[in-house]
Amino acid sequence: MGVFINADTKVIVQGITGETALFHTKQMLEYGTKIVAGVTPGKGGQTVEGVPVFDTVQDAVAATGANVSVIYVPAPFAADAILEAVDAELDLTICITEHIPVLDMVKVKRYMEGKKTRLVGPNCPGVITAEECKIGIMPGYIHKKGHIGVVSRSGTLTYEAVHQLSQAGIGQSTAVGIGGDPVNGTNFIDVLDAFNNDPETYAVVMIGEIGGTAEEEAAEWVKANMTKPVVGFIGGQTAPPGKRMGHAGAIISGGKGTASEKIKAMNNAGIEVAPTPSVIGETLIKVIKEKGLYEKCKTH
Amino acid sequence: MNIHEYQGKEILRKYGVSVPKGSVAFSPEEAVKVAKELGSNVTVVKAQIHAGGRGKAGGVKIAKNLDEVRTYAKELLGKILVTHQTGPEGKEVKRLYIEEGSDIKKEYYLSFVLDRATSRVTLMGSEEGGMDIEEVAETNPEKIFKEVIDPVTGLLPFQARRMAFNMNIPAKLVNKAAKLMLGLYDAFRDKDASILEINPLVVTGDNEVVALDAKFNFDANALYRHKDIVELRDFDEEDPKEIEASKYDLSYISLDGNIGCMVNGAGLAMATMDTISYYGGSPANFLDVGGGATTEKVTEAFKIILSDPNVKGIFVNIFGGIMKCDVIAEGVITAAKQVGLNVPLVVRLEGTNVDRGKELLNASGLNIVAADSMADGAQKIVELVG
Repeated sequence: MGVFINADTKVIVQGITGETALFHTKQMLEYGTKIVAGVTPGKGGQTVEGVPVFDTVQDAVAATGANVSVIYVPAPFAADAILEAVDAELDLTICITEHIPVLDMVKVKRYMEGKKTRLVGPNCPGVITAEECKIGIMPGYIHKKGHIGVVSRSGTLTYEAVHQLSQAGIGQSTAVGIGGDPVNGTNFIDVLDAFNNDPETYAVVMIGEIGGTAEEEAAEWVKANMTKPVVGFIGGQTAPPGKRMGHAGAIISGGKGTASEKIKAMNNAGIEVAPTPSVIGETLIKVIKEKGLYEKCKTH
Repeated sequence: MNIHEYQGKEILRKYGVSVPKGSVAFSPEEAVKVAKELGSNVTVVKAQIHAGGRGKAGGVKIAKNLDEVRTYAKELLGKILVTHQTGPEGKEVKRLYIEEGSDIKKEYYLSFVLDRATSRVTLMGSEEGGMDIEEVAETNPEKIFKEVIDPVTGLLPFQARRMAFNMNIPAKLVNKAAKLMLGLYDAFRDKDASILEINPLVVTGDNEVVALDAKFNFDANALYRHKDIVELRDFDEEDPKEIEASKYDLSYISLDGNIGCMVNGAGLAMATMDTISYYGGSPANFLDVGGGATTEKVTEAFKIILSDPNVKGIFVNIFGGIMKCDVIAEGVITAAKQVGLNVPLVVRLEGTNVDRGKELLNASGLNIVAADSMADGAQKIVELVG
């Protein structure tokens, strides 16, 4: 079970013949992910790592019935790759690529309005439903099957939190890295909503960072809708205010976006926030003990 | 990436945005020469640094004759200008912009910026332009108007007009103001800007609508398709270590502390700084080596950290996903051997190829303190630095 992806998910790797994509295709196959096709324009007909390569996403879907794609295409071509996945009406596309120009993403986001496909990322580690399906670049071995949902803006901090949980014998349902870019597909609220509706998820870890107001909005949503305990962490509490130029950035955010604002909003919504990244796991365990969920969450 | 006001105005001229006549000057003699050519009654001498708040900090002078131009140019060139956006260390003025004076009737505020909340570029405007706009945003937010721009259509003429009316621009000048806004948006979009701010936008005595200042910030991720913008980069305005880092595609920001940090991922890098601070230490830098780092990149990152004389110890904290631990280990070893390691080094490795990475470090013969976790590593380095 878990959210977004599971053991039945059939995956296309966009940009499969690139070096990074090949490395991670191999890792995903070893984890047991059902990779049914790759796409690289001009390399249709080849086979890599036993996976057939197609020229277009449409061809790959027609031949294999895939419903999800993962994108490793270089930044200048990544927005186009996302649009191709959306046009092929996949359920989900996960974009790993970092450094995509932000105005490209503004257009992508506009094109996706009213379309079927969900985008996770860009600039994210991907999505993993532990011991069922791994799509992305996260190290598989740190994840253990269980009942904690993890959602994070930061890739490596997600690994940190998952690692702490697994070492303490607390498994995860699904870990979703939504990515750190200013314009992304899936936000905290989308993932929290999915965890709220997932019978296998009993509690959630939410990891944010300074900048933007996504955490504040998510906290509001949790207060109004969430039936499961949520714990959090905000990265960048000691980051110095950046040297800046002009006033527009400060005016548009209306004074929000600082670590203390976010922590305040989360506490107000009943979200316990870990004081340091090293105690995210401990904080979650404390909360699930208080709620009587610890025994149910413990991996036996 | 930031550019200077005079460079920004040069771009705006190409988009039909009216800006006062002027030119850059690097010496008092050049300043006088430019002023002579302008031949205006009043000349403005403006310090060119990559920060706002110059007016309040005394970086903008009004000269009534050529002697005053020379005096102000002498005074400003070489001066360290401290504004609320430069940080306490300030910035040295190395370039001036010499501009014809404008007969200002009223000052307004205009800017284009990406709004993360809507994922759209947003036009903001206010009739309360000038030096105190952030205060206006805080105390009278209803005086700042917004137009959200659809990327398919771009800024529409009716939106620009509505903004002009909201800003209380005189009715007979609304069309001129709207045309200027449309030009600004085209420049913003074509050049992949992330901020374009005109503060102030002015209405003049002879009924013109003029951009009196121009602050551009460009999306670093889009610079690959804007060679013309890359050429405008002023290395004097940047930290030399940050310049070196950008050559290798490393994200580096220098800070005041003494513990050098090398981390993969921005989130983990910030969290590592938080953890060092929590245990009583002080980070010397933010350094994200990114996902696709090679041994060469890691080596350069290490050298950059060691080039900071304040660094008394280094903490490497890696949780490899796309980044492989053995690549990090090789980079650390190569760099330590090349530059000589004379400060304590704590390394915490976890993730992809972690065992291979640890083996390499153990076999290197270097004096490396291994850490089991981020907290463990942070405590160890804080202790070693003392």
